[in-house]
Amino acid sequence: MQLTRRLIVRLLIFGGLLCVLGLYLTRPQQLPADALADHTPDATHGAVVYAAMGCASCHMAPKSEDQTVLSGGRSFVTDFGTFYAPNISSDVDHGIGGWSDLDIANAIVEGTSPGGQHYFPVFPYGSYLRAELSDVADLIAHLRQLPADSTPNRGHDVSFPFNIRTSLGGWKLLFLRDDWIITDTLTPQQERGRELVEALGHCGECHTPRNMFGGMKWDAWLAGAPIPGSKGRTPDIRPEKLQWSAGDIVAYLKTGLTPEYDSAGGEMVEVIANTSQLPDSDLEAIAAYLLMPALN
Amino acid sequence: MRKTLMTGLALCALSVGQLAIADNHISDKQIETAVKARKAHMQLYAFHLGTLGAMAKDEAPYDAEAAQSAADAIAALAGLPQSGYWLPGSDNGSFENTRALPAIWAEGSDVGKKAQEFSAAVMAMQTAAGSGVDGLKAAMGPLGGACSSCHKEYRQSDD
Repeated sequence: MQLTRRLIVRLLIFGGLLCVLGLYLTRPQQLPADALADHTPDATHGAVVYAAMGCASCHMAPKSEDQTVLSGGRSFVTDFGTFYAPNISSDVDHGIGGWSDLDIANAIVEGTSPGGQHYFPVFPYGSYLRAELSDVADLIAHLRQLPADSTPNRGHDVSFPFNIRTSLGGWKLLFLRDDWIITDTLTPQQERGRELVEALGHCGECHTPRNMFGGMKWDAWLAGAPIPGSKGRTPDIRPEKLQWSAGDIVAYLKTGLTPEYDSAGGEMVEVIANTSQLPDSDLEAIAAYLLMPALN
Repeated sequence: MRKTLMTGLALCALSVGQLAIADNHISDKQIETAVKARKAHMQLYAFHLGTLGAMAKDEAPYDAEAAQSAADAIAALAGLPQSGYWLPGSDNGSFENTRALPAIWAEGSDVGKKAQEFSAAVMAMQTAAGSGVDGLKAAMGPLGGACSSCHKEYRQSDD
């Protein structure tokens, strides 16, 4: 009897320790306090980073076309619930005007809020985590120049158990990947393309299929995927499947016109509203990356 | 030319609305023919855009005359009456062989406004196409954007 009681107590202590260890391992990560210290932010370059990251596509008001007003409110229907993009304008009360640069950087590359909570991965920090911190700092300088908007945030409509943010630490641990997807030796142009596709442009978030928990299937990188909340699919954009020339890819990202002179539709139209602002050299870099045989 | 185009488009937009209200008996056969006709119309846009696009992508040498003729053809197409083949009941919810979304005919549809934006982009291309490859290149973006703007809202994504 006493033996059993002792066993139970031991098991409880062990279980408790395991929980603490689990919580410790999956705690929201933060950048070191001096992570942004050695870089002088360049807001002009930040505007290019802003277009490459496509912030406006999700954070503009629904139906808005004004890429400078990031009032939020757009809904994202997923298998896990409906998420609403928050206000990330420079408003102090409703936006991110009151956040430090480090707070904003932590949100973008760690998926951690200023209050130390995990963000839901509908926010593509799983791609942004590969971005250069200097680019992130430039972006932040640009964001601070955009106007304030006082639209309040709308809570996500996500049901149990997906609404437990603590569990997202485990999700991050299991499904995020810090390293590049293509790790071959690259030319400088392919390297720039990789930065635009794998990090800033977060192309894989829509063009890569996911497992039942919403984690990306790395072995099917850019192979096309069902579009949540819609009947459609994003296309497979690996070179063997796509069969477009570099010129075709550049023209598409600039005008939305395919090699058959059909036009982009759906969400891709918003992506092109951003890519069409990038310099030709960046579009050529994206093409150079997308044509790499290593993607097949 | 410009005035005709604008009036044509405005009339199209109006008549789509009127057809939506006067939805009496339209046979399946009529809908099938209508869907074929509008696909053919789109295909003709693509054909002439192809001439312009090849020059914009430096795949073909710039030829002012050919470019102007392609831009004029797109403008002529845009000016054709189209209400006859945008019949109510010819959306992808009621008919199989189309990706046209019911939102085209729904209340609050801004198809007419988008048609006007398209016509503005077409006219800009008509002005630019014959007067140099740089102008042509610059006009491709807004023209492609006008195509996409309607396809984003009113066409089902691929599956």
